[in-house]
Amino acid sequence: MKARARVVAAGDGAGGTRLTTLRSEAPLVLRDTPGGLYLVGGAGGPLGGDDLAIEIEVGAGARLTIRTAAASIVLPGRPGDGPSNLHVDARVAAGGELRWLPGPVVAVQGCVHHVEMVVALEEGAALMWREEVVLGRHGEPPGSVRSRATVDVGGRPLLRHELALGPGHPGAASPAVTAGARAVGSVLLAGPEWATGAGSTVVGDRAVVLPLAGPGWQVLALADDAPALRRQLIAGIEAAARHTAGRAAP
Amino acid sequence: MRPDDRPVRIGIGGPVGSGKTALVAALCRALGAELELAVVTNDIYTDEDAEFLKRAGVLDPARITAVQTGCCPHTAIRDDISANLAAVEDLEARWKALDLVLVESGGDNLTATFSYGLVDHQVFVLDVAGGDKVPRKGGPGVTNADLLVINKTDLAPLVGADLGVMAGDAAVKRGERPVILCSLVDDPGAADVAGWVRAQLAR
Amino acid sequence: MNLLLLTDGRFPAGGHAHSGGIEAAVMAGRVTGVDTLAVFLAGRLTTAGRVAAALAAAAASGAHDLVELDAEAAARIPSPALRAASRTLGRQLLRTARSVLDAADLPDDLHHPVAMGVVCAATSGLGPADAARWAAYDAISGPASAAVRLLGLDPFRAWGVVAALMPEADAIAAGAAAGAARPLTHLPSCSAPLLDIGAEHHAASEVRLFAS
Ligand SMILES: Nc1nc2c(ncn2[C@@H]2O[C@H](COP(=O)(O)OP(=O)(O)O)[C@@H](O)[C@H]2O)c(=O)[nH]1
Ligand SMILES: [Mg+2]
Repeated sequence: MKARARVVAAGDGAGGTRLTTLRSEAPLVLRDTPGGLYLVGGAGGPLGGDDLAIEIEVGAGARLTIRTAAASIVLPGRPGDGPSNLHVDARVAAGGELRWLPGPVVAVQGCVHHVEMVVALEEGAALMWREEVVLGRHGEPPGSVRSRATVDVGGRPLLRHELALGPGHPGAASPAVTAGARAVGSVLLAGPEWATGAGSTVVGDRAVVLPLAGPGWQVLALADDAPALRRQLIAGIEAAARHTAGRAAP
Repeated sequence: MRPDDRPVRIGIGGPVGSGKTALVAALCRALGAELELAVVTNDIYTDEDAEFLKRAGVLDPARITAVQTGCCPHTAIRDDISANLAAVEDLEARWKALDLVLVESGGDNLTATFSYGLVDHQVFVLDVAGGDKVPRKGGPGVTNADLLVINKTDLAPLVGADLGVMAGDAAVKRGERPVILCSLVDDPGAADVAGWVRAQLAR
Repeated sequence: MNLLLLTDGRFPAGGHAHSGGIEAAVMAGRVTGVDTLAVFLAGRLTTAGRVAAALAAAAASGAHDLVELDAEAAARIPSPALRAASRTLGRQLLRTARSVLDAADLPDDLHHPVAMGVVCAATSGLGPADAARWAAYDAISGPASAAVRLLGLDPFRAWGVVAALMPEADAIAAGAAAGAARPLTHLPSCSAPLLDIGAEHHAASEVRLFAS
């Protein structure tokens, strides 16, 4: 299936945010709730052959948080359907803030899932961007996921981060890469509040919080399952918040 | 020997435990008031030497840099000096008026010597507790270093070492090159070694 | 011949003091012998090795602005400890090359793979393909030799592991060379989370033999 979604958030000049555009189509449904904007999966998650794209625009002074109602369970399609593709394109203007906080992507055996995330921040824009991948449902072998994040601030590269996990990517379970960890995740924190500070970077055995070369931090963690991963990522955000003026609240 | 546009660099080599770090501390104490100094340490698996010097309060900690040597302390001072050169040059760039940079080696065996691409002069430190036969065994450090220091003379009676034999053997191996016997316990300012260093700077 | 000169393990550019993440992996118990070394190196080659080869080839191609390319390199190294190591190795290589190759006009401060590319571009007979091969080889030879020292491995078996990876390294280098002049957004950015995580633990540990 092919689906496109688009959301535009604008500052109302009084500290509030208005959604001036909100378009989506199944299975990529965006729902505006009092608790924020939710991406509601249709029946199940992305399926082999799906071609999904979301476009997000956050204007000056606007704040937008996007969550998902649940984990995205990525399933293989019928033979010959090819991989599932998700493309997220986000732009945030100076003084705007985007928090992309979806649930984990669960790669089910046989799936081949590609995620492409392109984020352009103006100087002075803020971002909290979370990515969690779980390899396989409980007790099952995993499918394959490749995700690639390209994040620029003011036209300069902040982060280029590509993960290739699962049986389709030899070397992914290497002791240099994941050592077979089932849950892999990261959170990117960028913007003036997170202006690079210094301090201890070690959060746990397999979790660190890394001040980037540009204005931001990456929390990076591996764990055995999704809840443990989430705990590590939150601990990392809190650690980064202690080093900066950033707000930890997820 | 000294290029006019940069500080003099002196290497301090010798076996582990012979008193290299203690000598560096002593030289900082003796010369700190009259010279602009900086120190590079080559620790084998910690930055203990750098930490010791920082804690000893003999020198501004910002003038001390530790270099890691990847299991091969002699490589870092002899065959591939690039990490040490980078550390020395960073210090020189930071402290414009330096007169002297001391580079302490990680401690190795009797064959380890500094490349003259890294230092202008080198001191080799032996200790009395290592046994009075060591100077006779020779090796590039004992034989060729610009100065041989035989340290811990205070221990000679305790370990039954004959200082006369050590000095005599060293003189045979070294010919004209100087040898200083000292105890950093008895003389924490290493007066004779400091004097030799001053003479190198005056050349 | 010039490529042999640059890639010689005895070429004095400071690589011997860096373990390519193997010391951290050994400390954490993730690499314990030749078998785990083999998978470590294979994973390192397809991630960090691929990225380094691509950056080196891009730098050697002369098709890109070096400041922009260096910023692309930095954006691919989230760990501050690894960025510092990459900068140190880059500076040391450039300093050595300036002197050894009598190339006074080389820049002095670039990330290591970018520096490799720049040195190749300044060396007669070398180009993007050579820079890519050098970076891919360096991505596994350094950690292999460090592993031999750290674990007391049989050096023949350890280097057997490296030899077995040569076809893969060749393929990665060929891909890097083919993409050298493409827009920078096409450069690979394969991350190896445990190299970043391990590097920060390593930097924080009190007892270590290698600088990274
Ligand atoms: N008795 C005695 N001990 C000394 C003397 N010089 C150094 N030491 C001790 O010898 C030990 C090793 O010295 P250190 O400077 O760390 O040796 P390095 O490994 O060569 O740097 C330390 O415990 C010092 O306090 C000395 O002249 N006499
Ligand atoms: Mg010492």
